[in-house]
Formats: sequence, C-alpha cells, structure tokens
Amino acid sequence: MKHIAIGILGAAALGFMASAASAGTLDTVKQKGFIQCGVSTGLAGFSAPDDKGEWKGIDADFCRAVAAAVFGDGTKVKFTPLSAKERFTALQSGEIDILSRNTTWTSNRDSALGLDFVGITYYDGQGFMINAKKLPGVNSALQLSGAAVCVQSGTTTELNLADYFKKNKMEYNPVVFEKLEEVNAAYDAGRCDAYTTDQSGLYGIRLTLSSPADHVVLPEIISKEPLGPAVRQGDDQWAHIARWTYFALLNAEEAGITQANVDEMKTSTDPNIQRILGTEPDGKYGADLGLSNDWVVNIIKAVGNYGEMFERNVGSGSPLKIARGINALWTKGGLQYGPPIR
Amino acid sequence: MQEHDMSWVRTEMALAQPAPPTERGAYAWVRKNLIGSVGDAILTVLGIAIVLWIVPQVINWAFINAQWSGPDRTVCTTAAQGGIQPDGWTGACWAFVNAKFGQFMFGTYPVEERWRPILVAILFVALLVPMLIPRVPRKGLNAILLFVALPIVSFFLLVGGVFGLPHVETARWGGLLITLSLSFVGIAVSLPMGIVLALGRRSKMPIIKWLCVVFIEMVRGIPLITVLFFASVMLPLFLPEGVTFDKYLRALIGVSLFAAAYMAEVIRGGLQAIPKGQYEGADSLGLGYWQKMGLIVLPQALKLVIPGIVNTFIGMFKDTSLVLIISMFDLLGVVKQNFADANWATPQTAKSGLIFAAFVFWLFCFGMSRYSMYTERRLDTGYKR
Repeated sequence: MKHIAIGILGAAALGFMASAASAGTLDTVKQKGFIQCGVSTGLAGFSAPDDKGEWKGIDADFCRAVAAAVFGDGTKVKFTPLSAKERFTALQSGEIDILSRNTTWTSNRDSALGLDFVGITYYDGQGFMINAKKLPGVNSALQLSGAAVCVQSGTTTELNLADYFKKNKMEYNPVVFEKLEEVNAAYDAGRCDAYTTDQSGLYGIRLTLSSPADHVVLPEIISKEPLGPAVRQGDDQWAHIARWTYFALLNAEEAGITQANVDEMKTSTDPNIQRILGTEPDGKYGADLGLSNDWVVNIIKAVGNYGEMFERNVGSGSPLKIARGINALWTKGGLQYGPPIR
Repeated sequence: MQEHDMSWVRTEMALAQPAPPTERGAYAWVRKNLIGSVGDAILTVLGIAIVLWIVPQVINWAFINAQWSGPDRTVCTTAAQGGIQPDGWTGACWAFVNAKFGQFMFGTYPVEERWRPILVAILFVALLVPMLIPRVPRKGLNAILLFVALPIVSFFLLVGGVFGLPHVETARWGGLLITLSLSFVGIAVSLPMGIVLALGRRSKMPIIKWLCVVFIEMVRGIPLITVLFFASVMLPLFLPEGVTFDKYLRALIGVSLFAAAYMAEVIRGGLQAIPKGQYEGADSLGLGYWQKMGLIVLPQALKLVIPGIVNTFIGMFKDTSLVLIISMFDLLGVVKQNFADANWATPQTAKSGLIFAAFVFWLFCFGMSRYSMYTERRLDTGYKR
C-alpha cells in the first residue's frame, strides 16, 4: 500500500515535472537534439513508411520542416506512430513534441484537450466516388438520389452522409460495413453505386480498385475536415515556431522560392524575398522566433515549399494524383494563405 | 480305414496366395478409399472438381502471373490501373514483399546496423539446432549458452550503446525481430516460471499457495490486451520515481507473465496425472522435496503435457501480434502498415502481404508443432496404447 502511495505521488510529481518542462519545448528539443514527431500508423500521402522504412508524406514532411527551422537539418526528427486513441495523450504527456497526424481541428480539441492547432496543412472533407462506367452522366453528388452508398459504420462519415441526403431531400440506401477493407471490397465488387469517406482517402482507395480509371471522385465536399499539426497548449514560443514554419512554406511558394532555386534567391533584391530568406541587412525575423535568421532557407532546402511538398506526396508527383483544389494558394483560388513575414 | 481317412488330409501347408486383384495395389486403394460407395464416389468427384478448379488458379496467381521484383506499383498493376501489365492480369505482387522485406524483418532498424539482428539470428540458430538434436553432446553447456549467454549478448548487440555500437532505441525495432524476440523471451521465461507457479499452487504452505493462486487467476482472468495496456500505461505508476522502462520491455514483461500463468495451469494438469504412488515412492526413498520433484515427478509430468506446453508456445507466438495496439509493429503490424504506402497501392498488395505474413507465421508454428511430435515419440517410454 505504501509503495502504491509512493508510486502515485511519484506519478503526480512526474506529471508536474512534465508540465513544468513543457514550458520550454524549444529548449528541451534543442537539448535532446531532435524533434519527436507523432504521425499516423499509416495513411497514404500523409504519413507512411517507404521501402527503406523512412516516413514519407505531408505530415511527416511538416515535422522535417520544423526540424530544419530549429536545427538547420531536416533529418533531426524521430517519428512515433500513434493510433487515433493514443495521439492526444502522447502530446499532453510530452512523449512527442508535435502531433502531425491528419488530425481535424475542432473547437473541442483546441480548448478542452489542451492542444494548440497551428494551421491547416490540408483542407479535407467528405466526398463521394462513383463508377463512371456504371453511372454515366453523373457528375454531381446531387444526382445520387436513390443510390446505394458504401460507408464505414460508427464514423462521423456515416452521420454526415445521412445529414447531407436529408438536407437535399434525397433517398439513399446505405451499405454499411465494420472494416475499411470490407467497404473497399464491397465497392470494388459493385455492391454500391457510390463510396463515401474523406476525399484524400478516396484517392488512396481508388488505387487499390481493379479498374481505377473507371472511378471518379465527385466535386462536392459535404463536411469540413481541416487537417493540421498541433502542439501542447501553453508554450507560445513553440507554437509560434510550428505556425510560422507552416506560413514560411506558404510564403515561399507564393514568392516562387523552391528547393532548386533557393540558393540563387538568396541574392535576390526583392525586399519580400529578402525578408523571407533572412538576407535583409537589418532583419532578424528568425531570431525573434528563437531561430537562426536563415531558418526559411533551411526549411526550403529540407522539404521544398508547400506546393512542392503537396505535389511530391499527394499531388501529381505521387500515385495519388490529388488536385490542389481548395489547397491551392489564395492567389490561385485556393484557401492557403500565409500571413507575411516582416 | 484309418489310412483311407487320412488320404485327403494335407500333409504340407498350402502356399500363400497373392490377395485377389481387387484387394491389392492402386486399384484396390482407389476402390476402397475413393469409390467405396455411391456417396464416396460423389464426394470424390466433387473433391477432384474443386481441386481442379482452385489449384490452377492459385498456382497461376501465386507463381506464373506473380511479379517478383520491381521498383513500385507499376509492375503489379494493369495498364488501366496505371501499370505495365496487360488488362485482365491478376497475380501476386511479391515485388511488394521483396521491396519491403528488410522492414518486414527488422522494422525501421537502421539499414547500416541490420547486421546486428542478423548476427543475433545466426547465433540463435547455431545454438538452437544442436539443442534440438538429441545426439549432440554437452546439452548443459548448450542450454546455458542459449538461455543465459545469448540473451545477454543479444541485448547488447541489438540495443547497442556499448563497445562503439550506436544505440538503437527499441521504438525502431519491428517486424519479425519483435515477433521472435518477444516469443523467445516469453518461452524462455514462461516455462521455468510456470513450473514454479504450478508447484507453488500445489504447495502445502498457505502463503505460497495463495500467492500463486492469486497470480494465476488474476492473469488468466484478464485478456492479453488488458495485460499489455496495463504494462504500458499502469505499470509506470507503480514504479518508484525515476525508474522508467521502455515500451518494448513493458510488453516483454506483460507477455512473459501472461504466458507463465497459462503454462502453470498446463503443468499443474501434468502434476495431477502422476499417481500418488510415485510421490509416496519418492518419499519412502528418503528424497527431499526438490529431489522428489526434480527426479521423479516433473520428468513424468512434463512429458505428459508436451502437447499442452507447445500449444501455449504457439498461442503466445501468435498473440505477439497484439502488441500492435500499443503501437509496436510486429511482423503482421509492419505488413499492414505498409499497405498505406501509395507507391505500392495496388489491388494485389494486401493479399500478397497478408499471405506472406501468414506463411511466415505458419512456418514457425508448424516447425514447433512437428518438433513437439518428434519429442513426444522420443520420450514415449510407457503409457502408449
């Protein structure tokens, strides 16, 4: 009994120490020499191991970008695969420094769970995929009245689906399965007319179908799933570093700075580019964040700008071939908007 | 009269005749086993039809059409799917297994350090094989090397941080390395611990007895998943401050204790089957408790429960897959994790990966099962019916 009491006290003390330590994540991270990054246990294009066991994907690259900003070296990051259940506890307990795991930003997670979301690295939302050969002429989800829709049970996806059809006064016939693999198999076998889940997921699933070219993802998005990285609440400096790493990726793309031309760009006379790359004579925007002044140069050298990151992992440079869509820069009709570095 | 009567009695034995043609050779075997009755005949025809229907497809899929190597998904997809195969092609994508083989074996263990687990595997096989072959002498030395020296050497080799070997944290271990190391330690710990628990449960000393009963029933009463959660979430709370175990070690302890509780009950079954006369005989010879158990009772009891012991081993080997829920990736976990790699997303990937995992598991379980049958036959000195 005494031991248990000591154990609980010890745990409480550890918890206290962890929260005290979290006040300076940047210092802790610098001290240990790497960033511990929480990723998914495997999601195509976001975080998945490649042939060599290296983590690849937008979420994994974001952690590399933060590591590059802090250490000037994008390889100083260690990945912790986390299940959906473990992810928030792992961040709260200090096991990881940043959670970059296709996590939807919601008010509850931002407030009650003690997290701080730093931005939206991918605007996702629930969409529909249909077999265009089977349903020729359907090019909108509003034409799906009376369709049999394959959906995974017990997810918000199922509820969103019901809401959408009710709102648009359409009939539908849900074909519900417990496991994702079962939904995929049923859809591939033609048991339903449409398949609904997050749009980014639909592109990944399409690759595993027997005739992917026949299937199209419809343009409608029926729910908001803003995915982004999160840090522990209460450490403003660390949150700023993560947030401005994300904005730097966007600003670099807007200014046309790429992994290939970043060294030439350092000699640019454009004041905006000078401010971004820290080559302005009296600028110290990096130092203000607690980083070096060439922090953006390091980020771009490590992972490229946001556009390059997107195309490499989920866009035209990957098998997923997801269009930029609403993830394009605001100058190109999308939602990605980076506040200025100045 | 008498002679006349004897005249038709044979004086020498008739020569043995060969069995009638309908009762020998392949024809008789077919007649007896395949078409013995109308029902048999129908089943035979059905069986042959099913075999003819399935086997060519399986061989076609797994060998003839299969793709053995390639850089990415294009080798395992048809033109319509964005690959190089003709339309209508289906075949196993062993190229996926080939490309990911290192990961399936070692997880994300750094590539340049993978000679370390390979060396451990070689040492393990080199020590295990002579241990398993009864003719090879020096079993005692062999056992000490296998169960004491090897774990220590393996620990330093795999974890590193000494003798100039870079440290590899257990979070980067994975695949077959985790499956095998968890089950080997589990097996090595659970057998002696199970014997002690089983003896303890039958002990006449109340405190020891009740401690063992409580431990066994507690552990047996909860699922392994709970034990793993307990080991990875609750255990740290009961440890003094500053003492932290890593996740792998916690899973190792959880799996070992779990297997020990099951093993204890299997062995207790064997102990109960030994006739009372054996115990009394040992007592009357003046043997002490440990002599009685070690020389008379346990050798008989363990021999009786070999199938049960191997059952527990095999069950534990397969149960190691459950460590996936505490985000550790054993063989099956790594295989499933790699389905998410978009470079290998094809209709054949999941099938090929899972069949590979099933094959590896089967290889080990079947090996254990065959060896246990061999041991049973070798130790069979009585009781046979």
